[in-house]
Amino acid sequence: MSLDSREAKAARIRHLLETEGSAIAENTRGFNRGRYDSVADLEDYQALREEARAIKEDAIERLPELIDELTEQVEANGGTVYIAEDAGEANRYIAEVCADVDAERAVKSKSMTSEEIEVNDHLESHGVDVVETDLGEWVLQVADESPSHIVAPAIHRSRESIADLFNERFDPVEPLETAEELTMFAREQLLEEIKGADVGMTGANFLTADSGSMLLVTSEGNARKTVTVPDTHVAVAGVEKVVPSVEDLQPFVELIGRSGTGQDITSYISLLTPPVDSPTVDFDDPDTPVTAGDVDRDFHLVLIDNGRMAMREDDELRETLYCIRCSACSNTCANFQSVGGHAFGGETYSGGIATGWEAGIEGLDTAAEFNDLCTGCSRCVEACPVNIDIPWINTVVRDRINREGDDGDLDFLVDGLTPDAEGASTGGSEAGDSTPDLQKRLFGNYETLAKLGSATAPLSNWAANAAPSKYVLERIAGVDSRRELPPFRRESLVDWFRAREESGPTDPDRRVVLYPDLYTNYTLVERGKAAVRTLEALGVGVEVPAMPGTGRPPLSQGMIATAREKAESLTDTLDPYLDANYDVVVVEPSDLAMFREDYAKLLPDDDHERLAESSYELLEYVYGLLENGGDLEALSDAGADGGRVAYHSHCQQRTMHLEEHTLAVLTELGYEVTTSDVECCGMAGSFGYKEQYYELSMDVGENLEGQLRDAEADHVVASGTSCTEQIGDLLGDEPVHPIELIAPVD
Amino acid sequence: MTAASTDTYDQFAAAVGEYDVELTRVAPDEATSAIADRLEEPAVGAPLPWDDVALPGTVRTDPTPAELDAAVTGVTGATLAVADYGSVFLPGTPDGAEPTSLFADLHVVVLRERDIVPDMERAFDRLGDRLRDGESGVLATGPSATADMGALVRGAHGPKDVHGVVLR
Repeated sequence: MSLDSREAKAARIRHLLETEGSAIAENTRGFNRGRYDSVADLEDYQALREEARAIKEDAIERLPELIDELTEQVEANGGTVYIAEDAGEANRYIAEVCADVDAERAVKSKSMTSEEIEVNDHLESHGVDVVETDLGEWVLQVADESPSHIVAPAIHRSRESIADLFNERFDPVEPLETAEELTMFAREQLLEEIKGADVGMTGANFLTADSGSMLLVTSEGNARKTVTVPDTHVAVAGVEKVVPSVEDLQPFVELIGRSGTGQDITSYISLLTPPVDSPTVDFDDPDTPVTAGDVDRDFHLVLIDNGRMAMREDDELRETLYCIRCSACSNTCANFQSVGGHAFGGETYSGGIATGWEAGIEGLDTAAEFNDLCTGCSRCVEACPVNIDIPWINTVVRDRINREGDDGDLDFLVDGLTPDAEGASTGGSEAGDSTPDLQKRLFGNYETLAKLGSATAPLSNWAANAAPSKYVLERIAGVDSRRELPPFRRESLVDWFRAREESGPTDPDRRVVLYPDLYTNYTLVERGKAAVRTLEALGVGVEVPAMPGTGRPPLSQGMIATAREKAESLTDTLDPYLDANYDVVVVEPSDLAMFREDYAKLLPDDDHERLAESSYELLEYVYGLLENGGDLEALSDAGADGGRVAYHSHCQQRTMHLEEHTLAVLTELGYEVTTSDVECCGMAGSFGYKEQYYELSMDVGENLEGQLRDAEADHVVASGTSCTEQIGDLLGDEPVHPIELIAPVD
Repeated sequence: MTAASTDTYDQFAAAVGEYDVELTRVAPDEATSAIADRLEEPAVGAPLPWDDVALPGTVRTDPTPAELDAAVTGVTGATLAVADYGSVFLPGTPDGAEPTSLFADLHVVVLRERDIVPDMERAFDRLGDRLRDGESGVLATGPSATADMGALVRGAHGPKDVHGVVLR
């Protein structure tokens, strides 16, 4: 990304933060809190998720036969199925249906798929008046805006701004003010539109092959009127919406509202086997009973491919098709909570999963516009009701974007720092000649930087943070000059360990490799020393050998081949220790997440499983030692005695369910601990250092800052490096790692 | 009546209570007057799907569009209910039950206690065959609602209030 485009992106984000940020934040965080509460009420949430996932996997696997079965059923029921290869075909067909019934007006309930094909514009150009009847969609239609959220499309607008819009546009006798007044006004206006409608258009959340039925998830009742009043019903749905049977709908009915807006269930789950048996309501003939005469309806199901069947063949994008469009990944995403779908979205879809949808439907260029906003924090994975690995989809698409595009500007300046730039080194026909852009290569090759920085510290730190260097780094590589770069230590943890005179316990029961991640080894060395002291005090034999990086930095920049090389090299280095039954203890949560989660995608199964099973987060390990007879007295409780701790766990640590161990150990030692409930600190690895995202990162951080300040703690502790840097910038004082609080005094 | 069904009823009553839906629990022969007590005129209705329960005489069945538009109350039957969600299944039948339950501000829904199943899994066990037989309907939970105008409002395009009459 060039300097100009970075600055343009920063300006766009700044504008959205100012104009839409507060409404987005309030609404999405409300949905997200609701999700936590609502899924907690389910007796077996995880079993339902697994069931839902299995149904989708099976359905996409058997999609062609299910589409055939669905088609037969719909036709047997008296409806028509049209399979459209692309938006153009779909629009042409829908326009023909409207022309056949001389439609002057079509009313619509909310459908993202109809947004995708832009059917409104097409019908309008054929003289059909199209009216959105979902209140949020109608607001957008009146304002001529696009949805900022896949479920609550006008989420970026406050009540006040909707009132201003309506009062200006419709000039009601009494100005509208309250949500109740706005809703009743819209209801009356839209009822008149529905009464005169010739065609009703809906989407479909699910379609069942065994019965030819469709399910609609709604709350307002507009979809019911849209289906019931006119005699012609057109339903528009992506081909991926088909599931085998009616019974398969049950887990989705239980999960979709909870996952999205935090409602146990929405007001209306329409279960329709169209054409429906309900009589039409002809307001042009107001005095004839609706039940007089036979029910005569037309139903057209328009199934849209538009890239989906190709996604099904794509091993990395296929999971996207399991998406049920609930919006959990949007609401749980710290970046989305700040900036919404107008920044974190493409042509149609928004939030984390949108990268998959837009890459598959529109292409890589569209996905590239917003894909960087996924930081890989992984909080959406456990929020997703079908357990889609959304960060991985983002990583894969980023990798493809890297290989397709090439900035080419000033690359030579940092080529020395980034010797293993992808494409150039990996070669091969797939990689072509392209390389990731300079900013990604700089952050992706943090290992090289760290080694060089440590070897030349403190000179490197003075140089990197000196005004001229910061200027150059910002201009060329987009490293924001408002950030202090973390200083490299001349004596790394590995150097210190090798040179120290103490020896650990003799003949210990357990031996560990304390993995010297790049940050613990070169910048936050004290937490590494504290880890060694703690583990040895608990009777564990510790080794801190020199080790390669895990590949986290290149992976987060979408440099998958480089990350895989790192993973292979690290596994080779760790193998002899694993053979000798060493446990691997990891300080940096994002590196542990590589071992436990990401390596599943990078290494053979056996290699991944062995490492995943042998590796532990540091405080998880300490907790385990204490549970198995370890001596609590060996640890320091110097700061305890009623001392208050504000703890910010790390996003990926929380996804691995490893926050609780730190909490338990600190509590056991006598600390009173409050935890933040923000999904991510906003720094998220290199994200907050990037010039174009600095302000967004700080906006996300403000949420955390407020919680940490409110805790009025004696100690602020954080487990991750980037969280530590971010909290340092927010509070003006860097937190310590929990291990530094509990380690025996040197 | 078994203890289990009382539990199911209580669970259903508690669940609909979350949406401010009240229930009147009556014997079938008291149903007509119980429905009449909850009506606000003018009222439209669809014939109830059980032979032993009649609508009050003031309820207009086979309504015209104008009557649907003017109605304050709509009375229809539900053929299935889900206790832990407080949901009722409203069949969309040729007698106009769907528009009748949708246009008025108050929906009075009548159901039999024996048709309340404990959970969604059992509900879909029943719905499977019905949909495969061509049936359509709406699983409705509480009144219609929207939060699109900046706060939760009950009564968006559909009813603002729902009252349940449960037949023992």
